[in-house]
Amino acid sequence: MSDTNSDSTPDQGTSRRTAMKAMGLTLGAAAFAKAIAPLTQWTADLSLDEFLQKHYKELSNDELANVIERLEAETKEEYGAEVEINDYRPEPGVQFGYALNLSICIGCRKCAEACHKENNHDRASQESYIRVLEMDKGSTNLENGNANYKHPVPKSDKYYMPVQCQQCDYPPCVDVCPVEATWKENDGIVVVDYNWCIGCRYCEAACPYHARRFNWTKPQVPKDQINPNQGYLSNRIRPQGAMEKCTFCLHRTRQGQMPACLEACPTGARVFGNLLDPNSTIRWVLENKRVFVLKEDLGTKPRFYYFFDE
Amino acid sequence: MNGDSQSTRTLQTTHFSGNYFRFLWRSFLLATEGSWLFYTWMTLLTAVALVGLNAWAVQVKEGMVLTNMTDHVSWGLYIANFTFMVGLAAGAVMMVIPAYIYHDRRMHDVVIVGELLAIAAIVMCLMFVVVDLGRPDRFWHLIPGIGRFNFPLSMLTWDVIVLNGYLLLNLHICGYLLYMRFLGRQPNPKWYIPFVFISIIWAISIHTVTAFLYCGLGGRPFWNTALLAPRFLTSAFVSGPAFIILALQIIRRTTSFHVGDGPIQTLVNIMRVTILINLLMIISEIFTEFYTGGTHTSSATYLYFGLHGHDALVPWIWSSIVATVLATLFLLCPKVTQNLWMLDIGCVLALVGIWIEKGMGLIIPGFIPSTLHELVEYAPSLLEWKITAGIWAAGLMVYTISLKIAIPIFTGETNLLRQNSKSA
Repeated sequence: MSDTNSDSTPDQGTSRRTAMKAMGLTLGAAAFAKAIAPLTQWTADLSLDEFLQKHYKELSNDELANVIERLEAETKEEYGAEVEINDYRPEPGVQFGYALNLSICIGCRKCAEACHKENNHDRASQESYIRVLEMDKGSTNLENGNANYKHPVPKSDKYYMPVQCQQCDYPPCVDVCPVEATWKENDGIVVVDYNWCIGCRYCEAACPYHARRFNWTKPQVPKDQINPNQGYLSNRIRPQGAMEKCTFCLHRTRQGQMPACLEACPTGARVFGNLLDPNSTIRWVLENKRVFVLKEDLGTKPRFYYFFDE
Repeated sequence: MNGDSQSTRTLQTTHFSGNYFRFLWRSFLLATEGSWLFYTWMTLLTAVALVGLNAWAVQVKEGMVLTNMTDHVSWGLYIANFTFMVGLAAGAVMMVIPAYIYHDRRMHDVVIVGELLAIAAIVMCLMFVVVDLGRPDRFWHLIPGIGRFNFPLSMLTWDVIVLNGYLLLNLHICGYLLYMRFLGRQPNPKWYIPFVFISIIWAISIHTVTAFLYCGLGGRPFWNTALLAPRFLTSAFVSGPAFIILALQIIRRTTSFHVGDGPIQTLVNIMRVTILINLLMIISEIFTEFYTGGTHTSSATYLYFGLHGHDALVPWIWSSIVATVLATLFLLCPKVTQNLWMLDIGCVLALVGIWIEKGMGLIIPGFIPSTLHELVEYAPSLLEWKITAGIWAAGLMVYTISLKIAIPIFTGETNLLRQNSKSA
């Protein structure tokens, strides 16, 4: 300040001005501290381990074990539930595929409900990875579909088309991710590292099937409703601000079980299995039914097939 | 300036670092000393910026559920403003090209006003991206080397490179020129002319890459058009000059910086061409959408006329079209350079028109209807408006301060030897 004091402004004016400035600075600093107070509270809850956590593919077995231990402890602390998180890896010789029989789907949304429970979705928003479209018979144009029907099903002039992640062989969502937080696994399942995702939502814009869901807030699930069998890359409770998606229930299917949506289906419209197994039902469907995929023109090569009986 | 040259020669022997710290200290003084108008303006901006900062802090803590974005409309006001600001940053090159390629002396004298605008606009772009992140604490995942940078596959990584590169280029050019002026030395062309030419190409790249972010998505037919990047550039070459014309007139009235009519006339001439090309491209897009028809037209129908009773964006886009057409009429009027009020209104209308068209009129309809053809509408929440206003205020602070420092150095009111006797 001494530099300016020698200038033309009279001393008295300068000192008053300096005093005003000091006051302004103090007020400004106080207002700044007040403004970022919510952020300081938030960072206090964020552990250094979490902040510095490496990408899933870079974690050694020991590091991953530590991360899982931390996540289990956090679930216990924040949700009050004892859960077991496992890192289920893809099996060699397995390529998963899914098919859905549109002739017998009745639009009951039991699949969406099962997904909601199995995958520990936020209860308030009634989130699910599956949306069921009610379609006009005589049209496969999605524009004529309606996902918000609230009447008894099935209606005779309609058919029903559940849509979930198509686990594309050329997934646009994976290409656009700036930080490689999402990728396609060796068995064909597209996964997200919930602890690496920065939440830019570019993948959500890129997905042509509305398959991705964002955690707009911290998911809330009552303690007794939490599914304790959790996969690190699938149904563990997701952090706020990260992206998530259908994983074909990899914590079940990589253990030889069927996806929750399939088990919940009352009509048997859903067929799931290993595309490399010539004796599997999914292979039989693909070889004997006239199947189609959604938005084939986009070149995404979905692993999710639709077919009609007749 | 001539009187100083003798003494500066002796000063060249003094240590670089000593002079550079004097330069920084003087810049700091210039940035904090001013008239009451300056203090009032800065206090106002600080207050708005703090409101925005607080809103952002709350958003990070409670989650983006406080915005009105959804899984259907997953980008909103932030990305809309981001897109517009990239245009403003790129548009500043419309001063650089006449000044350095066509050697327009009068433009050359004021080109710093455009280069500093590029800096402020890029800073705002980066802020708009950060507030759109669900996990700003994981920002380091984007840094090449320590994070996992999905280059060259993800267009967003290209955008990170071109935006930060453009920021560095302009920081270097402005910083170097200002420091040389401060020392009273002639800038050495080899230390900045190559960077100026790189920055011209780079300016084109920032808006092209930003258009590629959207137009490369096959699942979003509204954006999936080859015309997107040319439209981005053309509208940027309207909004950039429009903002600079307004800034030049304010500078002319509030500082001792000499701004002649020449540069303004040149910018008006540029806008007269670009605003017409922009209109032509809008008409071309509208024709292609509606004459063809079909499912791919749903977003455009929703935007311009509403779809199945949903019409939240209709008032926005028609305001934009009316503003752009009026701006065109004002700017094409031969008397516009004599009647500055006409020019000012024309520029404001052009800015408003393009802000809507590049923002709410481009980003939001890309999501409506959604990829499964569901119609979920979007209007920004109060929190989103607060954060947006905060970033605008912060950007204007950056611009005001950088001009406050640059102008006295450029006019020679202050340099290494001479104190700035009167505050602008």
